[in-house]
Amino acid sequence: MLSLYTLLVFIFLLGPLVIISITSFEPGTVLKFPPEGFSLKWYKNIFEVSAFMETFRTSIVISLLGNLLALLLGVPAAYALSRYRFHGRDTLNAVFLSPVLIPGIVLGFTLLRYLIVVYNLPIVAGLLIGHTVIMLPFIIRVIASSLENFDFAVEEAAQSLGATRVYTFFKVVLPNIRSGILAAILIAFLESFNNVDISVFMTGPGISTLPIQMLTYVQNYFDPTIAAISVILMVLTAALMFIIERLMGFAYFTKR
Amino acid sequence: MSLLSLEHVSVAYDNRLILEDFNLSLQKGQLLSLLGPSGCGKTTTLRLIAGFLNAEAGNFMFSGKDYTKVPVEKRNFGFVFQSYALFPHLSVFDNVAFGLRLRKLKEAEVKKRVNRMLETVSLGGFEKRLPGALSGGQRQRVAIARALVIEPDLLLFDEPLSNLDANLRVNMRVEIRRIQQELGITTVYVSHDQEECFSISDQVAVMNNGKIEQLDHPANIFKYPASEFVARFIGFGNFIAFDGRNDEGADIELSRGELKFQAAKRPGGEGNTGLLGAIRPDDLQLLGAGADMGTGTEGNALTGKVQVSTYLGRSYQYQVETELGVFTVNQEMEQPFIQGQQVTVYFPKEKLVLVQ
Ligand SMILES: Nc1ncnc2c1ncn2[C@@H]1O[C@H](COP(=O)(O)OP(=O)(O)O)[C@@H](O)[C@H]1O
Ligand SMILES: [Mg+2]
Repeated sequence: MLSLYTLLVFIFLLGPLVIISITSFEPGTVLKFPPEGFSLKWYKNIFEVSAFMETFRTSIVISLLGNLLALLLGVPAAYALSRYRFHGRDTLNAVFLSPVLIPGIVLGFTLLRYLIVVYNLPIVAGLLIGHTVIMLPFIIRVIASSLENFDFAVEEAAQSLGATRVYTFFKVVLPNIRSGILAAILIAFLESFNNVDISVFMTGPGISTLPIQMLTYVQNYFDPTIAAISVILMVLTAALMFIIERLMGFAYFTKR
Repeated sequence: MSLLSLEHVSVAYDNRLILEDFNLSLQKGQLLSLLGPSGCGKTTTLRLIAGFLNAEAGNFMFSGKDYTKVPVEKRNFGFVFQSYALFPHLSVFDNVAFGLRLRKLKEAEVKKRVNRMLETVSLGGFEKRLPGALSGGQRQRVAIARALVIEPDLLLFDEPLSNLDANLRVNMRVEIRRIQQELGITTVYVSHDQEECFSISDQVAVMNNGKIEQLDHPANIFKYPASEFVARFIGFGNFIAFDGRNDEGADIELSRGELKFQAAKRPGGEGNTGLLGAIRPDDLQLLGAGADMGTGTEGNALTGKVQVSTYLGRSYQYQVETELGVFTVNQEMEQPFIQGQQVTVYFPKEKLVLVQ
């Protein structure tokens, strides 16, 4: 009985993904299920619509640059939050994690209101800042959780052997949280690359990210191109999740 | 002249003073233990010496120089942590080589010294292993090798054996003492285990509440604790509060109301101050009521009744109720006393010490 229930939930969750995957091979110009044949035509179309390729490139660049910025801010922050007991530590913890708690729409609108409207930042800069902000909490959380397993006496051991604090950080601390950092990068990348709610406010004439471009596309066309892109993104996401799972353990996805 | 001295040092955590006007000195080549209950400030003292902590006041002198402001990495002290604190990502060889490489030694020299050190701690053949693939005892030896290979001017141990099981603890402490003496390395060793401290130390400092209560050779502390705290900590389970003493004769004459006791003076004369008599359960003697105790034993005895008798394996332990309270006596015997039996508790004067 229970297993039947589980099966239903499973179908409910995975069903749409399966249907999308199947319909992406539709040879006709209208998305339908079941498809009337098998064709890779719409996959080819992705590469022929220049807007997809451009926004894909923008998405990649923004995600990678934002990732770098978030790492530069997040690694020291995670380190300080794990290493030291200080006044306001809990408050800071809450502040760093707040973007996870605040609805993306609110954050996106706020960023638009201030970065773009008040400070007149170029769209790319606004987009980059927005994405850095959404990646930061993930970076901090994943790295802090991998620092939790790090015995800081090891750091002191290095210093007693003659290492400076900086040398110790790079040669002892970083190598021990390498997999955590890699996982943080991948998780943050997924978070940023798939983001809609912030990007939708921060894109403008001539500059857009792939998910926003997809939204725009479905408003105008109903061919299976979007299904084809979705399949590609799903495969990519699954591959990254697999790597993250290898690095951090499955538990990461189940705790929030 | 002493190699190391802490002079009027104070240390605080969050404005709470842990050490206050703390003084300690140590001769070159000696092993000093800091012994005391958990929370008394042993680790704090050790971390201050290592340079992980800053003093609020006072100086740390080492080898005639003021080390108070010298940073950890410039001190050249070896530190062995309770958790071993090995570098998890480095092999045994690279762990031990870490300090040597920082000293810019040629790789051939590094190799030579690391291998020699690994032989010294009996870890030849383990070079390529990661710390995760070692037993507790092996990790401990890597930690010791890593601290020793840099030829430190001072070696610091913080409860290095507390994570090992009992047999290994005994072996390792002998090993630590052997290496320390072989290399003549000045050492400060922290533990809450008195047997461990007494067995390996030249000097033991018994600490209580951020203060050193007594600093002496282990044998002297064992026999002549200076304070009630030290006496209790090292197993003097029985106390008598006297109300008078007279030091004029060959022995110290003590009184408690009508009762008279004698305590032998300590050879050399010092110590034995105070009015509180202390004696170990092992040193008290139990005799059947009315037994002849021989001449010269008048006084130094109390009559009482056995309350509880428990079997300890090598001896029996009795709780004996007397007019001065309950005394604990350990005694080997073939026919043990039974509960309720009238007995005499005898206090050999050589074993009765006076503490503050
Ligand atoms: N990092 C710290 N912050 C605040 N108090 C501390 C800290 N470390 C130790 N203490 C306090 O200082 C006292 C002495 O601690 P410690 O030196 O570790 O004792 P021991 O090593 O003898 O067990 C204890 O009361 C302990 O609670
Ligand atoms: Mg301690």
